[in-house]
Amino acid sequence: MEKVDAFIEIRRNKTAMIGLVLIGLLLLLAIIGPWISPHHPLTPDPINRLKGPSWAHPFGTDSLGRDILSRVIYGSRISIIIGLIAVSISLVPGAILGLLSGFYGRRVDEPIMRLMDIMLAFPAILLAIFITAILGPSLLNTMIAVGIVYIPHYARIVRSSVLSLKEQLFVQAVRSLGGGNLRIIALHIFPNTIPPIIVYATLGMGTAVLQAAALGFLGLGAQPPTPEWGAMLSEGRQYIQNAPHVAAFPGVAIFTLVLGFNLFGDGLRDVLDPSLR
Amino acid sequence: MTQFISRRLFHLIFILIGVSILVFLMLRLIPGDPAHLLLGEFASPQDVARIREQLGLDGSYPFQYWIYLKNLFGGDMGISIRSNLPVSQEIFDRFLATVELSVVAMFISSFIGIMAGVISSVRKYSIFDYGSMVMALAGISMPIFWLGLMLMYLFAVKLGVLPMMGRFTMGMDYHPITGLVTLDSLFKGDMVLFLNSLKHLILPAFTLATIPMAIIARMTRSSMLEVMSKDYIRTARAKGLSYHRVIFQHALKNAFLPILTVIGLNFGLLLGGAVLTETIFSWPGLGRYVVDSLLARDYPAVQGCILFFAVIMVIVNLIVDILYFYLDPRLRIDGKG
Repeated sequence: MEKVDAFIEIRRNKTAMIGLVLIGLLLLLAIIGPWISPHHPLTPDPINRLKGPSWAHPFGTDSLGRDILSRVIYGSRISIIIGLIAVSISLVPGAILGLLSGFYGRRVDEPIMRLMDIMLAFPAILLAIFITAILGPSLLNTMIAVGIVYIPHYARIVRSSVLSLKEQLFVQAVRSLGGGNLRIIALHIFPNTIPPIIVYATLGMGTAVLQAAALGFLGLGAQPPTPEWGAMLSEGRQYIQNAPHVAAFPGVAIFTLVLGFNLFGDGLRDVLDPSLR
Repeated sequence: MTQFISRRLFHLIFILIGVSILVFLMLRLIPGDPAHLLLGEFASPQDVARIREQLGLDGSYPFQYWIYLKNLFGGDMGISIRSNLPVSQEIFDRFLATVELSVVAMFISSFIGIMAGVISSVRKYSIFDYGSMVMALAGISMPIFWLGLMLMYLFAVKLGVLPMMGRFTMGMDYHPITGLVTLDSLFKGDMVLFLNSLKHLILPAFTLATIPMAIIARMTRSSMLEVMSKDYIRTARAKGLSYHRVIFQHALKNAFLPILTVIGLNFGLLLGGAVLTETIFSWPGLGRYVVDSLLARDYPAVQGCILFFAVIMVIVNLIVDILYFYLDPRLRIDGKG
């Protein structure tokens, strides 16, 4: 019953729906990309380099004459996958740490949360740079770096909901019926932490996409010729005076995807977890 | 009060030790021998040994960490591989450029953000409210490295009204006193340099301010709306106080605590954003330096910068905590925080 209500409410929420449409459009592009992109994203065409938008190349061409529209379309795959993997990398350990820390209290809580505090002492992009420094710059390492950076955020969110959940009557009831700790955590507490996790993970997708693009832009993420949006922007930077379109379109794509996740996340939050506002 | 501050200080020391251990481990966690990575495959054993010693890689880990800490307290962060200068010197030279940029960005974002948030909350559901909240959401979703490039194209390339990059026009006469170009030129009464450096600041500072501005505007609006529904606001209005006085003296003052926290937390965003903004506008600050160092595998420089950034962040958080304590009388009565 409750689930149905939430669905209806989300469908009524304009913000969430606009966000969902934006995400849906880019997801569709990512899936059917190979069939609709007018050119191959990696094929150079030296005669037509740095050409502005035209019928043949709606987004123009880059410094090697590659079609920017096709590269942006392929880039949507990369960015969505980066987002999904990075969020999973932060979510799974983050949720486990948050559950343990909130449920078992002091002895477990202190060391975990202090470690999280230490990670939070670094500005996010610098911690990502730090991890990239250890792992080396690559697309995979970008996902790992961005994923690790946001573990503390999930740990904190899950921990705070566990803290209030474990005092509730239904948990005490299960305990008095002889339910063990593991059972209580897995079957009774964890399911109730899912709504805030969904909200935060949706917003986190936007953040992850943005951070990964930032690393790509700095030259610490995806390496050429991968059509990653951030890396494409970085290349466009060199031609900003004569060919601003090279940087403009990948940026619009990043913005659209991140905006979609932020809108959808905001809407979800209003419906699923008003306390997070 | 003392109890509160001493507890925060204890926490701070703990965090700093943790941060230093992480940064210390960085070099040791890199797969392979950093000395070999730096010198290439065909380096002579003598060179490798020399670099290993320079990087502090000899001896057991606890011993290495002890030496590392001892050096840190002496202000020694190692020698930059690229320039052969002390890393602390390199950091100090660039830090002030970052400070100048971040502080200006912080003022821009706080002023515009709070103003937009207050007006939005007062004129709830008006066109201004919708407009500024849509702008704020767009601001949060904006890749600032893209925004910076587009602003650069529009104002520097197309319109030609603002300079493209740097802190002031190359070749201008500048002798640092504080290291902040705007302040120094003002002290000396050099208005040409002052205006020049101010013009150079506009685009990067505005770019850097975007995300914090959006967050502050959203926070101010929701915090103001909450306060405005309180009884004491109605009482103040009923007493016949002017609308402006109620808004700015009663409502904003009480709504300010969460806003202050957000401004403090945003300082981390500013430092992080500085990495991107400085790269775009060739701003000779610490953010650009850390990226350049990493690309050149100048590990001591990267370690030094990251440690430095984290320390600044921890100190700013402490200051915010203490300010919070001062501003919220309820915390003072409790004696805790």
